[in-house]
Amino acid sequence: MAKRESTFLNMVLTLLIVTAVASFTLASVYNLTKEPILRAREETRQAAIRLVVPEFDELVMRRFMPPTGSDSLEFNLVYRGDELVGVAVSTYTGMGYSGRIRAMVGLDPEGRIIDVVHLEHAETPGLGDKIDKSRSDWSDQFRDFDPGARDLRVVSDGGEVDAITAATITSRAYCDALSRAYQTFIANKESIINREGK
Amino acid sequence: MSQWKNFSKGFIRENPVFILLLGLCPALGVTSSAVNGLGMGLATTFVLVMSNIVVSLIKDLIPAKVRIPSFIVVIASFVTIVHLVMEAYVPALFEALGLFIPLIVVNCLVMGRAEAFASKKDTGSAIIDGLGMGLGFALALTVLGGVREVLGSGSLFGFPFIEGDGMLVFVLAPGAFIAMGYLIPLNNMLKKKTE
Repeated sequence: MAKRESTFLNMVLTLLIVTAVASFTLASVYNLTKEPILRAREETRQAAIRLVVPEFDELVMRRFMPPTGSDSLEFNLVYRGDELVGVAVSTYTGMGYSGRIRAMVGLDPEGRIIDVVHLEHAETPGLGDKIDKSRSDWSDQFRDFDPGARDLRVVSDGGEVDAITAATITSRAYCDALSRAYQTFIANKESIINREGK
Repeated sequence: MSQWKNFSKGFIRENPVFILLLGLCPALGVTSSAVNGLGMGLATTFVLVMSNIVVSLIKDLIPAKVRIPSFIVVIASFVTIVHLVMEAYVPALFEALGLFIPLIVVNCLVMGRAEAFASKKDTGSAIIDGLGMGLGFALALTVLGGVREVLGSGSLFGFPFIEGDGMLVFVLAPGAFIAMGYLIPLNNMLKKKTE
């Protein structure tokens, strides 16, 4: 160890060379993986959209500000021919038990929920993670749910959604995310239905 | 010390998790299932072997006083490479481990092997040490994850063998400590037997 003296010049030079080599290597790896990473993310997004809306042949992405909440929502309007067949909304909530929950909600042009799938969550394994379709069929109750006619809140809050046992906070948060998507849809319905805005 | 002993010490005799108690943050944090444990263990093994190689190669060129910062830069670079490559090519595993990958940088196991072993030995021994220690770490994480998955979720490597949930506490943080507490004496028994 340390065949070289720890003189000031030696130390500065060593650190300079070490960091320069490291930066160069990282920059090359970053360039190599940039494309595949973007593609992987895009594939995940596309797969989620396909899960919650009917088959389509054209997708238009627009963003709208929700009435409540800090971030705009991503609306994926899907068309078959010239007809709007559904809207896949990437929505979120900050009310989760541990951190933000993101979900993809499929709405039909009237605002009824077609299907939902979670995108990202950090809820308790075994309890809150039942929002995950692969963990339980809890989220199936949102299929064909019409938030305009029924109350999109958990039963203990006076709504019509059965909460997950021992995970009411998570269920409430999920409802919040879904109703954020619905509220935003209603608030911007004119511009969404009208294809000119595209 | 023969190279075989050098390689095999990481599994039981000097197991990084059960004997040296190094790198407990990832060991307790990610091991909610056997697959997560194995993935984290293999990612750490890669970083450990690569950083051991580089550290043993540059050990004579680094002045003693700046060796720690230099080692950290080397380790951090490999961790970032693992991070990027994993996100690009195995997004499913990345989703499960993503949060913990950057923590490999501060895993005292990697730093410890660089400082205590690789910076004093030749490259060949350093590779074998990194491989042995890394696989020992992966084994420990897989066993810990397996125990927690069997008890907590009633499945192993994602294959369920009971209906419904197991004892959920084993999937949560306290379960990690409980399982760990029973595995350490178990490993000590094994260690006594092999001696």
